Amino acid sequence: MSAMAPALAARFRTCEVTGLKVDWHAETLLKVNAVVAVVNFLIGIIAAFGIVMTRWQAVHLLPADLFYRFLTLHGLNMLIFFIIFFEMAILYFAGPILLKSRLPAPKVGWAAFGLMTLGMVVTNTMVLQGKADVLFTSYPPLRADPLYYLGIILFAVGALAVTCLFFATLVVAKRERTYEGSIPLVSFGALTAAIIAVITLLHGAVIYIPTLLWSLDLMHVDPEVYRMVWWGLGHSSQQINVAAQVSVWYLLAALTVGGVVVSEKVSRMAFALYILFISMASAHHLLVDPGMGPAWKIWNTSYAMYLAVLASMVHGFTVPAGIEMGQRLRGYTRGTFEWLKKAPWGDPGFSGAAMSVVIFGFLGGVTGVTIGTEQINIIAHNTLRVPGHFHTTVVGGTALAFMAVTYYVLPLIFRKRVAFWGLAKLQPYIFGIGIVILAMSMIFQGIFGVPRRNWDISATGAPFQIEYHPVVQLFQATMGIGGLLAILGGLAYILIAVVTVFFGRPFRLADSHDPSGVPPGVWKLPAQMHQGAAVTEAHRTGTRGTVILVGIFLACFILYYFANWKMLSFAWKVG
Amino acid sequence: MESNEAHSAIVSPTGTWWLPAGKQETMWVGIAFVWCLILFAMMPFWHFRGGQNPSGVRSRVAPSEFAARVEKFISDYKVGEDNGVPVVAPPAGSDIYLMAQMWRWYPVLRLKQGVHYTLHLSSVDVNHGFSLHPVNLNFQVVPGYDYGLKIVPNKSGDFRIICNEFCGIAHHTMVGKVVVE
Repeated sequence: MSAMAPALAARFRTCEVTGLKVDWHAETLLKVNAVVAVVNFLIGIIAAFGIVMTRWQAVHLLPADLFYRFLTLHGLNMLIFFIIFFEMAILYFAGPILLKSRLPAPKVGWAAFGLMTLGMVVTNTMVLQGKADVLFTSYPPLRADPLYYLGIILFAVGALAVTCLFFATLVVAKRERTYEGSIPLVSFGALTAAIIAVITLLHGAVIYIPTLLWSLDLMHVDPEVYRMVWWGLGHSSQQINVAAQVSVWYLLAALTVGGVVVSEKVSRMAFALYILFISMASAHHLLVDPGMGPAWKIWNTSYAMYLAVLASMVHGFTVPAGIEMGQRLRGYTRGTFEWLKKAPWGDPGFSGAAMSVVIFGFLGGVTGVTIGTEQINIIAHNTLRVPGHFHTTVVGGTALAFMAVTYYVLPLIFRKRVAFWGLAKLQPYIFGIGIVILAMSMIFQGIFGVPRRNWDISATGAPFQIEYHPVVQLFQATMGIGGLLAILGGLAYILIAVVTVFFGRPFRLADSHDPSGVPPGVWKLPAQMHQGAAVTEAHRTGTRGTVILVGIFLACFILYYFANWKMLSFAWKVG
Repeated sequence: MESNEAHSAIVSPTGTWWLPAGKQETMWVGIAFVWCLILFAMMPFWHFRGGQNPSGVRSRVAPSEFAARVEKFISDYKVGEDNGVPVVAPPAGSDIYLMAQMWRWYPVLRLKQGVHYTLHLSSVDVNHGFSLHPVNLNFQVVPGYDYGLKIVPNKSGDFRIICNEFCGIAHHTMVGKVVVE
């Protein structure tokens, strides 16, 4: 630092909570990306209201054309724009900020932000003008306006530039020795997310550029090849989310309760498995497609070992185990579960992360692996079970984790007290419970054959009438109620974030006599390092609470998985 | 082998941190790995022992060619009409054809319980989704590809085919019919 030029030194401030040196450019880029993410989240929520109130047949709010337009808008803004803008913010945090480094070439960061925003605006405009009613997947020969594809390409190029900037930061930080030893686990997790992002965005280029040319009548695109390559983008991007979300779990475990890394080796190997075993994840989406044979499907679903699933199961152990061990080191050593009972359940950073782990693991992971099995997919493909599943992974898992970390970003990065603190404490519960009710209602309807992406399941105007099992009506109602609850939770999040950023009271560590609006982990950061006999003892005692929790998890997994095989065996013979 | 140091995930680990994992972690990784092997093994196992597999006989077919096969199939075995859609009663063991088109399933199929047919699915325009209701069998229908699935109806009754892949504004009206006697 001593050799640093004064102009460069002026770019840094020292965080009074964590002691990290923060580059103004990294921090400001983090802020603008997070703010645009929240704007996209708002668009997505408005669309969600129209969708859930239409699919609930008793309400049936929107006409058919608007329903499919809202569905396109919802998928794009939630699954692409909101989540990737937020992940860009995470890369600025896990790179320059955590590594106490300068951000190299900040102009690239600003240009990338401009490009991504431009792409987002162009694509959303096309959708809103009704020139791209092709849904999120835009399977040809369904055709959108060429500008729709161009917008997504611009967005992807911007995102690729930010990931390159993240890699450059790693090089700069290493060369300028801004940290000692290895990069922290959170940065390592973000690195895996960034590497997967490159793989994903390349798939995106390989598919969207030909599709753009096809929309201009300049070349041919095979519908099945499109599905295969598009899902190389569509599914791998979910793996970015998983890696980013798991990094946020580790980060929040550290900030909220001083969670420790039980084994650096195990956690890092699990992250590496995501990179190595996800490249052909698109196979999960093509299990009942006519273009590929069973050998291709089985191999590319599992690589014979399901090591990406193994990775998530490992994190599902190490994250709670790290929290348990951290809590035990803080003195919560009584019994098997004192560490859990005495956890800060009123801290939205903690409660959000904890619910994210549970929803992602118990519901998302279990349902995903099950319906992603070659044969079980026959009774799940394109039914409501599929969106039911991914609302527990990407919404109950990733979005909820991102909401939880926001409650730490607001005081630490925006240096504001969180507005409506009482509401903030409840927000993760409202959103999490709403999503669970919504998703489970969708999953149950899917089991009874209710299709996804359908404006009117009563099939008005069809030549033949459809009758669903009467219980579907019940799940329709619970889907509506769960959806409304989740929307309220989402709106509460937006309200809190926007009011805090633009009108929030400033946060200073010296004002601790009034603790309102700031999570406990910010007022007093739990110890991040432990040494001595207590640690040896903690390693020896182990984490028996976590062992019991993962045991329950595995039992549920096995039960659900084999129940589905049983259900499949009742169907017509097909082969 | 246990370390006397513990740090959080935002701390840069220094020194040698590539140490053997604890007993509980190692055991969980082992159990999870065995479970993952079972998850894999179930898929090939079901091909040998199970009755429901998405293998099929797969080939490419031009939409016009597929439409011609469907027309021939209808003229060979047509027995009537239902709501303006031809009803076809093919012999057991035969190749049967179902065409997906914006926005209808064509024709209506009349099948016999307990005998097998090879059901050929294809689309002549965009992607569609074959969903046999209420059995809940689902297959993707892709233009340019013929998906020939060997099926054995195991129950008599009146079945519907729902389109469960978005195919345009009247997607929800795309309902077909299968009768099993």
